[in-house]
Amino acid sequence: MTPAPLTVPAAHFVDETRQQRLAVREGLAVGLATAAYGVSFGALSVAAGLDIWQTSFISIVMFSGGSQFALIGVLAAGGVAAGPAAIASAALLGVRNGIYGMRTASIVGSGLWRRLAAGWITIDESTAVALAQPTPRSRRVGFWVTGLAVFIGWNATTLLGALIGDALGDTRAYGLDAAAAAAFVGLLWPRLKRMQAIAVAVAAAVVAATLTPVLMPGLPVLVAALVAVVVGLFNWLGGPVLPRAASARKGLRP
Amino acid sequence: MTLWQIIIAASIVVLALKLAGYVVPPALLAKPTPSRIADLLTVALLAALIAVQTLGSGQSLALDARLPAVIVAAGLFAIKTPFIVVVIVAALVAAGLRALT
Repeated sequence: MTPAPLTVPAAHFVDETRQQRLAVREGLAVGLATAAYGVSFGALSVAAGLDIWQTSFISIVMFSGGSQFALIGVLAAGGVAAGPAAIASAALLGVRNGIYGMRTASIVGSGLWRRLAAGWITIDESTAVALAQPTPRSRRVGFWVTGLAVFIGWNATTLLGALIGDALGDTRAYGLDAAAAAAFVGLLWPRLKRMQAIAVAVAAAVVAATLTPVLMPGLPVLVAALVAVVVGLFNWLGGPVLPRAASARKGLRP
Repeated sequence: MTLWQIIIAASIVVLALKLAGYVVPPALLAKPTPSRIADLLTVALLAALIAVQTLGSGQSLALDARLPAVIVAAGLFAIKTPFIVVVIVAALVAAGLRALT
């Protein structure tokens, strides 16, 4: 009879292979789903007044959906004059990627170039899929497969969307301004699980709408961000603190 | 600033923030407050962008076809409709209302 301990490595190996295969499958599925709405970014960016080159540049270099939609949203409302506010909005929405990087730094492997590439594709999706995997190897596989799948899909469909938007002409008649607002609703929705987040969302929306007639375009959004800083600092409506479980798993959006 | 300068500056800042996460000591993350503020910051900015994108018209507020479209979108997200479908339906609602009025 074979002693029980000898079977453990084999079972472990099979299990590990299976975990990696599951991580690959999950990463590709998320990449495909994300690519589908790259089309809306491309079309809305052209509607906001950017050309196809500028639109693709943002998707390649910035590569973070929330920041990208924010940038073109503020530019659509305020034009080039709102540039500083548009940059600030995109940057503030990009802060969470830095937080993700602190978590994924131990997952992605070593070497300067590899870490540079990993940083580039550190977004909601790659972080969420990576952290959801059970073993170190499957976490690494999940991170890279998801990040690269989303990067390729998102950029291909951004270009497609930009070409469609370019062909449409008068975008208001097609309701693309409403589509932009709906896209933000889709990015926000998965994050509204807790009372604190819901309260912050409502308060920020009220602040931004109230200040719109008073301040120049772009600034109401930045002032509304202060709601998050104040509520987060004092942890109003916060309940128990869960430092590590937060952030990435809540929103599966780039 | 030209449009290109705005786009390049914003892209570099967002990319730099991602890379910063790989060089900052992870001890910062152990503290719950920065992490919580970053989470809520995302929520507040997205909510504010929804308000401005739905109600803003330059530097004034306007109630038009966008509001019903956004309400329909929120309802569809609540019943887990795929992102791209919701965005298209929202566009169709606004376009339809504008064609009728």
